[in-house]
Amino acid sequence: MQLYTLTVHQLSELMAQKKISSVELINAYLERSSKIEHKIQAFITHTKEEALAQARIVDAKRMQGEELSPLAGIPVAINDNICTAGLKTTCASNILNSYIPPADATVVTRLKNAGSILIGKTNMDEFGMGSSTEYSAFTPTKNPYALEAVPGGSSGGSAAAVAAGEAAFALGSDTAGDIRQPAAFCGVLGLKPTYGYVPRTGLISYASSLDQIGPLARDITDLALILNAILGHDPKDSTSATVDVPDFKAGLVNDVKGLRIGLPKEYMEAGVEGKVAAKIQEAVKQLEDMGAICVEVSLPHTEYAVAAHYIISCAEASSNLARYDGVRYGLRVEAEDVLSMFMQTRSQGFGDEVKRRVLLGTHVLSSASYDEYYTQALKVRTLNKQDFDQVWTQVDCLLTPASLTTAFKIGEKAQDALAMYLSNFCTIPVNLAGLPALTLPFGLADGMPVGLQLIARHFDEQTLLRVGYSLEQNTDQTSLKPDLDRE
Amino acid sequence: MSYQDKYEMVCGVETHVELATKTKIFCACTTEFGGEQNTHVCPVCLGLPGALPVLNREVVNLAIKAGLALNCEIAEFTKFDRKNYFYPDLSKNYQTSQYDLPICKNGRLEIEINGESKSIGITRAHMEEDAGKLVHSGESITTSDSSYVDYNRAGVPLLEIVSEPDMRTVDEVIAYLQELVQILDYAGVSDCKMEQGSVRFDVNVSLRPLGSRELGTRTEIKNLNSFAAVRRCLEYETERQAKVLNKGEKVIQETRTWDDSQGVTLSLRTKEEAHDYRYFPEADLVPLKIDPEWVERIRATLPELPAAKRERLKELGLSGYEAGVLTSSKAMADYFDRVMQNYADAKVVANWIMGDLSALLKANNRSFEDCPIKPYQLADMLKLIKKGDISGKIAKTVLEEIYTGGKDPAVIVKEKGLVQIRDQDALEKIIAEVLAQNPKSVADYQGGKEKAFGFLVGQVMKATQGKANPELVNKILKEKLQIAY
Ligand SMILES: [Zn+2]
Repeated sequence: MQLYTLTVHQLSELMAQKKISSVELINAYLERSSKIEHKIQAFITHTKEEALAQARIVDAKRMQGEELSPLAGIPVAINDNICTAGLKTTCASNILNSYIPPADATVVTRLKNAGSILIGKTNMDEFGMGSSTEYSAFTPTKNPYALEAVPGGSSGGSAAAVAAGEAAFALGSDTAGDIRQPAAFCGVLGLKPTYGYVPRTGLISYASSLDQIGPLARDITDLALILNAILGHDPKDSTSATVDVPDFKAGLVNDVKGLRIGLPKEYMEAGVEGKVAAKIQEAVKQLEDMGAICVEVSLPHTEYAVAAHYIISCAEASSNLARYDGVRYGLRVEAEDVLSMFMQTRSQGFGDEVKRRVLLGTHVLSSASYDEYYTQALKVRTLNKQDFDQVWTQVDCLLTPASLTTAFKIGEKAQDALAMYLSNFCTIPVNLAGLPALTLPFGLADGMPVGLQLIARHFDEQTLLRVGYSLEQNTDQTSLKPDLDRE
Repeated sequence: MSYQDKYEMVCGVETHVELATKTKIFCACTTEFGGEQNTHVCPVCLGLPGALPVLNREVVNLAIKAGLALNCEIAEFTKFDRKNYFYPDLSKNYQTSQYDLPICKNGRLEIEINGESKSIGITRAHMEEDAGKLVHSGESITTSDSSYVDYNRAGVPLLEIVSEPDMRTVDEVIAYLQELVQILDYAGVSDCKMEQGSVRFDVNVSLRPLGSRELGTRTEIKNLNSFAAVRRCLEYETERQAKVLNKGEKVIQETRTWDDSQGVTLSLRTKEEAHDYRYFPEADLVPLKIDPEWVERIRATLPELPAAKRERLKELGLSGYEAGVLTSSKAMADYFDRVMQNYADAKVVANWIMGDLSALLKANNRSFEDCPIKPYQLADMLKLIKKGDISGKIAKTVLEEIYTGGKDPAVIVKEKGLVQIRDQDALEKIIAEVLAQNPKSVADYQGGKEKAFGFLVGQVMKATQGKANPELVNKILKEKLQIAY
């Protein structure tokens, strides 16, 4: 039995039965990392000593018979754009490469309260801007299924860490599909909750109206356990919802009979790779065999979503990233006067992709182009939302590919900003509308994982988990493991 | 020659007033003035990565209150926007403000100019956050080797009140500002402490030929912090513009700054160099719905405003001048009302407050806000005068005693033996002695020199240390002098 391949609930069970301790578990993960991390490069910071110290505390509590959360003693990786008190949080950027936050993000506090063990901070595209983790200022992360392929992004480090057995689960952030697309590329599950369901407090903003923290894990039950821990209102985040949080674990059902599942034709017509399309057809058949009713639906404004998203996210980013100026924290490049210091610091501190998006965002908000770009983008956003509102009158959830392709090669799109952005074609409309969406693996195509995406109504994460759980219980396609010990 | 011979001034003012909340607009830091540099700060107002703003509801309450006091419409739906520009006193390099949906709009206030009333329009009022403060090692940010930033002020709530360009003379501008500040003070919206910079003005001013209906090119002069500065600045700027126009040149639309020491305005940036603030909605905050019940709840807390108070005081028999002085600060007007609760002679109360008490406070550099003499103490003192226990002259001494020692007037009068001598026999005896000692004055008076009477009264008062009842002294003295005659 290899501990690093088990799910959170399996590990939790083993610890509850005192068959393993948290210290043993952490050591198993650290050992796994020592063997494969040089190949994957999923982490920016490892927290070995602190993780073991925390594991000892959890073990002691368990010995004393304290009632513990199912997440207690479990190693978690956290995206490096989520603040951890006293621990470097870089956003994979040179401008924050030594920034140490004074406080934990709310989600980190919630996981710590549940007893989860922070095992490290994971790599990403700088400030979440990218879809391959190649735009990390430090190093690209590799796909555990093929080291020459990207893990997706921006939360590629988190996806790779979970896939490769370097963390039992992870928290990423999703602005354009940044949890779901890498989860799909790396053969793990990723969930972007409804906008506002998880507090953003402590998440370093890229695009405030689109960003959302969510989990990456190895099965549906694990996702349910994590959602139970991280969802819910936070008074420190004005955009955080005051909706009640159900017990997702208790609500898991293996039953899709009569459930209406929409298949948006615009997604299938957008140039899906043949092998991916074939897997989607297979999933549709599987769901129909299980009693779901799959129908074709239309989201007519899908083709404009990417452009609108690009404009809105860059606009918000240009403002959110303005604070990195060398005055208060982070990188400072000394210069003649304050304006030169701003410019030098930002020129040297930001990577090319960040600069590109800040420039674009500044441009679309300038008075000369505001109406032509920003206002138009907001209109598309409204139309996009109306598209979804319309399909919810017909179906309970949507099934789409998580990505039009499987993981592409490192270097393939890094120089082509548009091609890179288009790799989030399937995930972007969800962020624009603030909806919840789940991606889960559905087998391999040419040795690379294929991901399904399920989309549901606002705050209806339960339907996502229901469909995912039913697929998981009735097929062997959702649980994948890379072979990293070859070569 | 003054500009007024050929031109008419058109002026509008943007007033930035600090709202009187205990904590900042988007975090729980105190708004207290002063304090060690960068001690009233937290991750939110420092703009640390990951920190998010949470709107202080009290800011909204005060903004609604200000809007109601200025006869504004209160928006049912309002939101915040980001105003983007780089400056080191801004911790996020954007200011969270309101752009196209301000909380208040379409208000007005009445000013009085030469006995005539004039209405000045309020275009809008919106909520925003203050910036930090730069401390330079040298003169300015461009000439200093180093500068420091103190973020204690960052995030202090402000209300920006924008007037219509309705003012035509400098006096009208000053009257508008005085009335505005008074209203905000009365409404309890702001402390209006000008010396602490809690009120600042930006003026927009242009000239046009007399009789013209078109607007001339305007300049904006930013960051004036007193009425006097506004007056001097406008007097300078109107003459400057008039000179430009008289030369047949055009006024350049630009932002200027007031140099108080030189008494001139200087160009800061022209229209071409103006910032493009790239306003867009603040997605870290949710839009605000203000239902009518909320507005009514605030309206119910609105106190009597200066104009109404002035009218009421005039109905009590005070002159327009007296009513104006008494209502010039809320603290003074409140003080008047409280004294009146215990001593309802408006004229007498007004005289004492505007006269001796004001002088006493001024001499001690204090105001009615922290007046050591309690309103009931002043009322008690006035009662002692009315009863004839003390004279008006003695009362001045009593007032000072209350001020310094805090004791009640009756106690002071008793302890210091200041009760008036109203004993006829005792006074007759003293007066007889005074007359005996001053035969010359007696002769003078009897010889027709009226002045001598005053001298003799003075001698009696001196002999009694001022405690003699003046009417009684007059009466007895007259009788005695007649007898002697
Ligand atoms: Zn603060």
